[in-house]
Amino acid sequence: MQEFADIALTVNGDAVARRVETRQHLVDFLRIELGLTGSHLGCEHGVCGACTVRVDGAVVRGCLMLAVQADGADVWTVEGLSDTGEIADLQQAFIERNALQCGYCTPGMLLTAAEMLEAGRRMTRAEIRAFLSGNFCRCTGYHAIVDAIETAMQGRFGG
Amino acid sequence: MKAPRFSYVRPESLGSALELLAEHGDEARILAGVQSLMPTLNMRLSEPRLLIDINRIDALKGISFEDGTVRIGALARHAELLASPLVAEHLPLIAAAMPHVAHVAVRNRGTFGGSIALADPAAELPACAVALDATFVLASLRGRRTVPARSFFHGLYETALAEDELLVEARIPALAAGYRSSFLEFARRHGDFALAGVCCHAHVDGAVLSDVRLACFGSEDRPLFAGAASAAAEGRAWSGDVKQAVKAALGGDLDPIGSFHASAATRLHLAQVLTGRALDRMVRAG
Repeated sequence: MQEFADIALTVNGDAVARRVETRQHLVDFLRIELGLTGSHLGCEHGVCGACTVRVDGAVVRGCLMLAVQADGADVWTVEGLSDTGEIADLQQAFIERNALQCGYCTPGMLLTAAEMLEAGRRMTRAEIRAFLSGNFCRCTGYHAIVDAIETAMQGRFGG
Repeated sequence: MKAPRFSYVRPESLGSALELLAEHGDEARILAGVQSLMPTLNMRLSEPRLLIDINRIDALKGISFEDGTVRIGALARHAELLASPLVAEHLPLIAAAMPHVAHVAVRNRGTFGGSIALADPAAELPACAVALDATFVLASLRGRRTVPARSFFHGLYETALAEDELLVEARIPALAAGYRSSFLEFARRHGDFALAGVCCHAHVDGAVLSDVRLACFGSEDRPLFAGAASAAAEGRAWSGDVKQAVKAALGGDLDPIGSFHASAATRLHLAQVLTGRALDRMVRAG
């Protein structure tokens, strides 16, 4: 029983080992310890979705998971998904459809949208909105974000 | 804000988790999906000395079906329930409720047992458990005991769980022949906690309802079995008159708590309208 713990995980495909404070949440770990500042910290109590990251293949709230819990996990952030090109079409659609203004929510939006695309089919606008309901945007009014995700789905799945 | 300092331990077996709970009592908290505990830590509303992470205890995982009963392990995540063919087939009430439970990222981590043990009065799963007459299995070093859902929830975040007890699983009777379920809630934003909601479960023969079980959530300090409203529909053919009787009886069952989200009168109105609609849909679904 310690206030510190040794963890080993992969982040964006790279093996990482660190000693962390047990109270540190995953996004502070990514931002402060690893310098991956693409994942943002908004409300820090699980409401806004700015800290969304992918852990073992599914999006999670980075502020609602302890870094120590990610021991052994496979973590991906917007930096990694940008480098691999996995979300290049989605990012292009966000630019084309003006789906960001200040950009604070965008990394979280992209991670959530990437999970939507993994369903492998086009969704209705209502389905997209329901899927996005855990990610706040205070600039766009969401319409353009839904447009962009719809565009990316059309690109991948036709129609 | 940042969480206060705490010690952290990750037992690999149920036995060692129970030993830790017995040793540390109320200075320890169980860490499951952490989707509700973590905000309270980050806001420093709770300052446990020790967090016991049960996420790697295999005995608490999984969803299975045997002898007409569905077993849901405490660590079954909301996303698992949402995708489970067993839940879809045998527990349609829970299948209908799951899309309303929080948001995708929260469902990917949050657990069934966490929702039950926390007993948030606006949460969907505790009310489903009450309507479906679930039984909870609680374990401690002293042994195991079972508690029916209807007597498990004692008040605002208060349950039958003793300090040294851990919720292991729920056992829920599978949908029997002739039974139907219906679920409705009203929330300001998809996935938010409901201002009011209702779970309906009953035997439906033509339009005649029997073994009626209505459970309301979001309006009281706990998920509430609406006894008078259930009795008002019992043995009767569903009609406009019966609907009015159910709504009136619900006014006696409920004594809603008002807040800045919605007044007590608004919550009662919502509960009555939702209950009428949910029963309408349940009868029509045949």
